[in-house]
Amino acid sequence: MKLTLKIWRQKNATDKGGFATYVADHVSKDMSFLEMLDVLNDQLTEKGEDPVHFDHDCREGICGMCSLYINGKPHGPQQTTTCQLHMRSFSDGETITIEPWRAKAFPVVKDLVVNRSAFDRIIQAGGYVSVNTGGVPDANEIPIPKTVADLAMDAAQCIGCGACVAACKNASAMLFTSAKVSQLALLPQGQVERKTRAEKMVAQMDAEGFGACTNTGACEAECPKGISITNIARMNREYFSAVVSSDNM
Amino acid sequence: MILDSKIPAGPLAEKWTKHKFSSKLVNPANKRKYDVIVVGTGLAGASAAASLAELGYNVKAFCFQDSPRRAHSIAAQGGINAAKNYQNDGDSIYRLFYDTIKGGDYRAREGNVYRLAEVSVKIIDQCVAQGVPFAREYGGLLANRSFGGAQVSRTFYARGQTGQQLLLGAYSALSRQVANGKVKLFPRTEMMDVVVIDGQAKGIVTRNLITGAVETHAAHAVLLCTGGYGNVFFLSTNAMGSNVTAAWRAHKRGAFFANPCFTQIHPTCIPVSGDHQSKLTLMSESLRNDGRVWVPATQEIAEKLRKGQIKANDIKEEDRDYFLERKYPSFGNLVPRDVASRNAKYVCDEGRGVNETGEAVFLDFRDAIKRDTRKIIEQKYGNLFDMYKQITGEDPYEMPMMIYPAVHYTMGGLWVDYNLMTTVPGLYALGEANFSEHGANRLGASALMQGLADGYFVIPYTVGDYLAQLAPTKVDENHPEFARAKEEVKQGIERLLKINGNKPVDYFHKRLGKIMWDKCGMARTEVGLKEAKADIQALKKEFWTNVKVLGTNEELNQTLEKANRVADFLELGELMVDDALNRNESCGGHFREEYQTPDGEALRDDENFAYVAAWKYLGEGKEEELVKEELVFENVKLTQRSYK
Amino acid sequence: MTWVTKTLNSTLGRKLIMALTGLFLILFLTGHVSGNLLLFKGDGGQAFNMYAKFMTTNPAVKLLSYLTYISVIGHIVYSIFLTQHNKSARPVSYSTSNGSSNSAWSSRNMGVLGTIILIFLVVHLQGFWYQMHWGAVPTVEYEGETYKNLFEIVSFAFQNELLVVGYVLAMVFLAFHLSHGFASAFQTLGLNHKKYSPAIKAIGQVYCIVVPTLFASMPLYIYFTS
Repeated sequence: MKLTLKIWRQKNATDKGGFATYVADHVSKDMSFLEMLDVLNDQLTEKGEDPVHFDHDCREGICGMCSLYINGKPHGPQQTTTCQLHMRSFSDGETITIEPWRAKAFPVVKDLVVNRSAFDRIIQAGGYVSVNTGGVPDANEIPIPKTVADLAMDAAQCIGCGACVAACKNASAMLFTSAKVSQLALLPQGQVERKTRAEKMVAQMDAEGFGACTNTGACEAECPKGISITNIARMNREYFSAVVSSDNM
Repeated sequence: MILDSKIPAGPLAEKWTKHKFSSKLVNPANKRKYDVIVVGTGLAGASAAASLAELGYNVKAFCFQDSPRRAHSIAAQGGINAAKNYQNDGDSIYRLFYDTIKGGDYRAREGNVYRLAEVSVKIIDQCVAQGVPFAREYGGLLANRSFGGAQVSRTFYARGQTGQQLLLGAYSALSRQVANGKVKLFPRTEMMDVVVIDGQAKGIVTRNLITGAVETHAAHAVLLCTGGYGNVFFLSTNAMGSNVTAAWRAHKRGAFFANPCFTQIHPTCIPVSGDHQSKLTLMSESLRNDGRVWVPATQEIAEKLRKGQIKANDIKEEDRDYFLERKYPSFGNLVPRDVASRNAKYVCDEGRGVNETGEAVFLDFRDAIKRDTRKIIEQKYGNLFDMYKQITGEDPYEMPMMIYPAVHYTMGGLWVDYNLMTTVPGLYALGEANFSEHGANRLGASALMQGLADGYFVIPYTVGDYLAQLAPTKVDENHPEFARAKEEVKQGIERLLKINGNKPVDYFHKRLGKIMWDKCGMARTEVGLKEAKADIQALKKEFWTNVKVLGTNEELNQTLEKANRVADFLELGELMVDDALNRNESCGGHFREEYQTPDGEALRDDENFAYVAAWKYLGEGKEEELVKEELVFENVKLTQRSYK
Repeated sequence: MTWVTKTLNSTLGRKLIMALTGLFLILFLTGHVSGNLLLFKGDGGQAFNMYAKFMTTNPAVKLLSYLTYISVIGHIVYSIFLTQHNKSARPVSYSTSNGSSNSAWSSRNMGVLGTIILIFLVVHLQGFWYQMHWGAVPTVEYEGETYKNLFEIVSFAFQNELLVVGYVLAMVFLAFHLSHGFASAFQTLGLNHKKYSPAIKAIGQVYCIVVPTLFASMPLYIYFTS
């Protein structure tokens, strides 16, 4: 396959940036999208041009490090991570536009690399159960209905890649935040800090400059792990009931 | 030099309890006066950083990823072992201990392994308390499965994403301490060197991957939780960024490197599809519970298959060789990883491989679907089948999967004593970065257990014992050693940037990987290893004259990052070969073709090789010195593993 | 009252206001359309005029009408807040965006739809509501009592093709606005459950077609019958 790549290049956070066009020749259908970029980068290096920088690590769809907004969709045409996207999803002669995630809270670092530490700060605001190591009850002391554990697991699968923010027309992080709020709101272990958690995580999400949700459902449709927007509804419930009943003034 | 493992004397079951009691304690009011550096934020790093911060120490945590949550522990699929015996099927701490020692082919320390089994039960409690959503039965209690051929069901799991859930649990504990101000987080920061003052580790040198700033950080103790070095093979199931740099630089500063040749090759990975391949994807070994491994009985049929003249489903039952079931009737497809991997290699070497490259065997679910219905198989393995289809474009419900072994885990690593301290006082290694618990072969679902055991339940005691012996005064970052180490790191970077050769970094990494895979992979020979050593030396020379690293240090420069790591892999590769050459026996993940039983099984030499081979770095271009730590077995009897 | 202001200034608080005012306006629309069905009665507007008088004089209805004004204003003001906030959340936009593959057109264009509806609302209020309250409206007597003859104004207004077309188009936009807004309000309130959400969605889809259709049929009916 021969492809035309329109890639966002930006030297650093302060650079204005712009698109550059490259031709990728001899692309095999079995290549992953990132392997296609690897080959491009080797060619650029041999020509003495700065290779295209992009985030990636595990390349098996679980670490959440890879990003890329491909042809107008986060992680490209399939509902998967970019590292699991293969070139057989494209056709010969196609032009592929590759952009970084775009959000105020995800500033571009270089080329296609963005800073997603806002997600870490949302978790730091309350995405945990405050138990110290040791001194916890036996694992089987509190039975948890299988259906509840399964629902919590559905939410916990979030890989924190930020595709929800990238897909959302408002660059909202509600799917990400709600997945963690939901996981811990569902489980008995999360009950003690349930109200404070919802309040603090929502406040941090806002402070980071993410947009508000308009319930378009784009996040759910693009989430590589299929996290459902029922989690957003649950977070809303948690938040509204927390603000009227918690002890936090 | 004699290596002291510091295993406490006394009965096996009392060693850890006694040791904890005899360890010195740091006064609670003094804990805030001690600084601890944790490098790496995987299971071991995140759990250690969180636990130490909870105790009151000031922790600095470093990772090269953009977030601690992305460490490669996240990719572990299958589960975590713990001797809970919730299933009433005869499990116990002793049995987990015994299975681990035996599975490791008797190349691990009894004391360490027993402690691992002992604390395993507490890990599950801790994770559940953090909100890890483990799989449950309808009654609400935790579910277990049998894993990797274990005879008891002791594996806890969270769908096919156990590593992810455990890491997110540890990450949440870490995040809590970041919010409390007890942990300072340094993402996108790579450790470049250890600062050793008067023989003690007192800090590290790092490179900020965004700005390129080379900085020093002082502390009373340094914990390396930096994972394994499987990427020396270029193609492995490790993440692209997984590297040996932190461990290797520590090695060059005096930490011994133990058993580097012990690498685990995982049998169920998706085969290589072409030269462009950048990494290999593992599929949970639970697939072997229902899938049957086979190749065509003859070369001729395999040939036709490879040319696409026939399809797998056209091959008649009598023309299929279910080689694991044939050779190991009692364990069948569930033989340990090393045995399954090696046998796949054998049949492919015989020309019976089933894909275009000739390096793949079938893993067939046809009979399981017939027996249990497609729906049940879908429930059990749906996500794995989807993943396979995503990558290969083939539907495993219709066609048998193709699998081939791939490098997955490295049992070797920095030598540590019972306290997880390396040969440099104050420098610790946890998790896959150390060599300890798994001997020559790791059992399935034990990596997660070890990482968390080290971080949550071992290091908080042992590091305290060390710190209690130091004065609670700040480590002086103005000590000339810091400046010297920093300068050396800068020079190393300069050196790479100045070469301006003709070949990209990956070119060298791929070549190194091929040498290692061909000659220091699943089966090794003296001749091959000697060739490998020469090849690596030549490659190393070429690397330092012909690698092309563009750009500058003062920016995000992924090529420079890679070059740094590959430079260390090149040195490590040679040591692995040395170690494999030295170990004139076959055991676990190390198989020397010269040492096998008449029917092709690994032949251990307990008389001469029941030791840990720890290597001491003596300087640039010099052969490393071998230091032996004899293994003492007081509780288990060394037997030949048999899975017939 | 810091917690109140804090909540109302949070993204979720603002969304809550959008949802509550939106739902109230949906209730209002239901009442409005039911009353206006009297236009179809064919009694020369008697029932409609009596209903109009009731609506402008009954104290309980007055209270409701104030709530409606507040809702309209709240809905508009908070939508402006949220839209600005959302715009600032993505200062650099994508060069290529394939939104249609992951979300409905109406859901992505609620602001545009709402603005069009607002313009319609101004015209609509000026034409009828303002006239009814402060304009010079002819009167009519039924059973000895005087009523403002709003029916006549309506009948006269809808002789104008342009206005009829405008009204019908506005109702199309309203339909799209409601097609997303109805279920979306429940989602914002946190009411999403596999047991009842399918019903909410179904009712929303029926509602967003039936109500605007009924509204649109009124000018058409008058235009074609008089």
